[in-house]
Amino acid sequence: MTRKQKRLSVIVAGLAFLAAATGLTFYALGQKASYFYMPGDLATATVQPGQRIRLGGLVEKGTIVRGQGATVAFSVTDKQKSVKVTYTGILPDLFREEQGVITEGSFGADGIFVADSVLAKHDERYMPKEVADGLKAKGVWQESKSQ
Amino acid sequence: MVETGHFALVLAFALSLVQMLVPLYGARVGNLKMMAVGGPVAVTGFALTALSFAALASAYAGSDFSVASVWENSHSLQPLIYRITGTWGNHEGSMLLWVLILTFFGALVAVFGSNLPATLRANVLAVQGTIGAAFFLFILATSNPFIRLNPAPIEGRDLNPILQDLGLAIHPPLLYLGYVGFSICFSFSVAALIEGRIDASWARWVRPWTLVAWMFLTGGIAMGSYWAYYELGWGGFWFWDPVENASFMPWLAGTALLHSAIVMEKRSALKIWTLLLAILTFSLSLLGTFLVRSGVLTSVHAFATDPARGVFILCILTLFIGGSLALFALRASRLTAGGLFHPISREGALVLNNLFLTTATATVLVGTLYPLALEAVTGGKISVGAPFFDLTFGPLMLPLLAIVPFGPLLAWKRGDVLAAAQRLMAAFAAALVAVLVTALFIDGASVFAALGVGLAVWLLCGALTDLAVKSGLGNVAPAVVLSRFTGLPRSVFGTALAHLGLGLTLLGIVGTVSFGTEKILTMHAGETVELSGNTLRFEGLYPAQGPNYSEDRGRFLVIGTDGNAKGEISSAKRFYPVRQTTTTESGIRTIGFSQLYLSLGDEGNDGSVVVRLWWKPLVTLIWGGALVMMAGALMSLMDRRLRVGAPSRRRKPAGAAPAASAP
Repeated sequence: MTRKQKRLSVIVAGLAFLAAATGLTFYALGQKASYFYMPGDLATATVQPGQRIRLGGLVEKGTIVRGQGATVAFSVTDKQKSVKVTYTGILPDLFREEQGVITEGSFGADGIFVADSVLAKHDERYMPKEVADGLKAKGVWQESKSQ
Repeated sequence: MVETGHFALVLAFALSLVQMLVPLYGARVGNLKMMAVGGPVAVTGFALTALSFAALASAYAGSDFSVASVWENSHSLQPLIYRITGTWGNHEGSMLLWVLILTFFGALVAVFGSNLPATLRANVLAVQGTIGAAFFLFILATSNPFIRLNPAPIEGRDLNPILQDLGLAIHPPLLYLGYVGFSICFSFSVAALIEGRIDASWARWVRPWTLVAWMFLTGGIAMGSYWAYYELGWGGFWFWDPVENASFMPWLAGTALLHSAIVMEKRSALKIWTLLLAILTFSLSLLGTFLVRSGVLTSVHAFATDPARGVFILCILTLFIGGSLALFALRASRLTAGGLFHPISREGALVLNNLFLTTATATVLVGTLYPLALEAVTGGKISVGAPFFDLTFGPLMLPLLAIVPFGPLLAWKRGDVLAAAQRLMAAFAAALVAVLVTALFIDGASVFAALGVGLAVWLLCGALTDLAVKSGLGNVAPAVVLSRFTGLPRSVFGTALAHLGLGLTLLGIVGTVSFGTEKILTMHAGETVELSGNTLRFEGLYPAQGPNYSEDRGRFLVIGTDGNAKGEISSAKRFYPVRQTTTTESGIRTIGFSQLYLSLGDEGNDGSVVVRLWWKPLVTLIWGGALVMMAGALMSLMDRRLRVGAPSRRRKPAGAAPAASAP
């Protein structure tokens, strides 16, 4: 190979590498990013059982049921609709009734949302941003809660 | 004292304007007196900022609740140490720490840079002053920590309980020393662009600063990771949280810069690329500051959200990143291109390292910013987490790690891969043995786990091979090997240590992720639980009272094979009444390099408690490896040719000559 061909092949290899990385990034964004829904959104959105999503809202009052071992069932609501969620594990310290939470997981075939993680805020002063925005959009946000 | 601090801060802002304008103009018209203004002004600015910071810290330590920031983030019952560290456990104080460190680095250039060419020194200090001016203005306009309350409240609102921790006391200063340390590299780059001149001696000045910043950033990230691990009670060491990514991106880019600066210093090649990388690294630091400080992300770092702050930092970000890149576009072509080299050479390996590291940085950047961009454009809310990064960042890192041992064994200019491979035969054999042993003798080992262990062993043995080859092991008499070994340049040890640390961290990650086990169960007092060969007996819950909290502490005895207790682990649920907040204090017992990790869940009505127990094999190596990497950076810093303040004793750098004769 001449010097020019060598340099060209190095450049082509570099570009191919970047193209592969870019392709992988966009593929991963399409496949691995999980969308955020609130219970009321689920009527219009088509979410397949098994598809990973993030479900956010308030923990509905009086729905927390502690079952066998470390399994907990509760409902997440946006004051319009509510969805039953089960979770096995240790709930965050700030998990309580009427508190904003984000659960991540997927729907089972029975329509119950099986969460593998539950997030509440680190601090009592704030609500998860997605939940607060969603509640505001639905007009059920009480401004006093933000303080 | 508070007003003194406030006044000192305003003065420091005024001085930063002087530092920004006078030396820059002086360098432009060639006025030596004006150029010389930069040094004393930088040192004085640092002293004033330090005074201002001390004033705030004393207000915190003395619980002066007439200061709004103290009232919001402190409480008189907090232990003294957390009253002091609370100074930077909030937005305002944290920004003050940011500029304190910025002016500290500026003062270091002023003090140690006496052998820099006068114009370069003046320009560097001017750029440093510009960054300072922007952030002083930001603090004074939107985040003033010295605002008073009238009437003064009697009691404060307490520091967020999860921030009342020693790990948090150390994490921000370390991280900022790293983040802001890269500002020096940025200032040197912009100064070189302003002057339109760059040479190998420039790299010799920039490299120690990169090493210092990189060392602290490594420590800061590791400390933050360890803090999240034990304080949040989830047992995870890395969450791919946007806030973590914000600190990880400058680290990746900084690592690339560290390597490309070697090429520039040794071979005068990759000049323009190195300069661009220095600009990008600090730009990512600024982006990190924006992401964390502006409130666009909700996290433990977003202490309070105020839109004005976000917009202000975004303006600073645009100004500096846009400005420096525009300057780069205009001036870079003026800089002379560097030397050529064969693709198979030390330079080639370092270019490959840069290619992988910058691409990896880009994927992390996309994963971090895409959700923000999507929400801004379409309003759709997505989360990009571990699955994304496993699929993108992982495949980029694996080949890079695999080629790391080759780099130091290749010669400059034209290397021989086969010869390097021959020398690495022993390391390769060791890695192969590690793969086979893991796959055959450890229950439940997946193919990935075995290969991961093999890769880690490959890195470790590769680093040792480098030292062995350079001291002539196997070729010369043992006594000669020893004397050669002790005579190796410190930077060779630095490289080996840093790569060794990388291998240790990888081993820790593979060990924890692949061989870790966990159990969640409800326990009553007196019951025992067994996990991966460890037996624990639950002794019961014991209430206790702390200075500003009450807790229920669950005590567990570690039972040995003979049935006797070997030790105790305790985990607690703490309640902080001021903030009405509960936190979990995890219990950790270190056994060898592994840890038994325990955290308490909810209490049942019958005295039972939910317990989550993890066995984390080799987990301490994750942070231990980071410490070894830091030791590597320190070792390189002590290399004679790089010692801070003595950049070149042996020969006069090329750039110094024309400057000395500058009118």
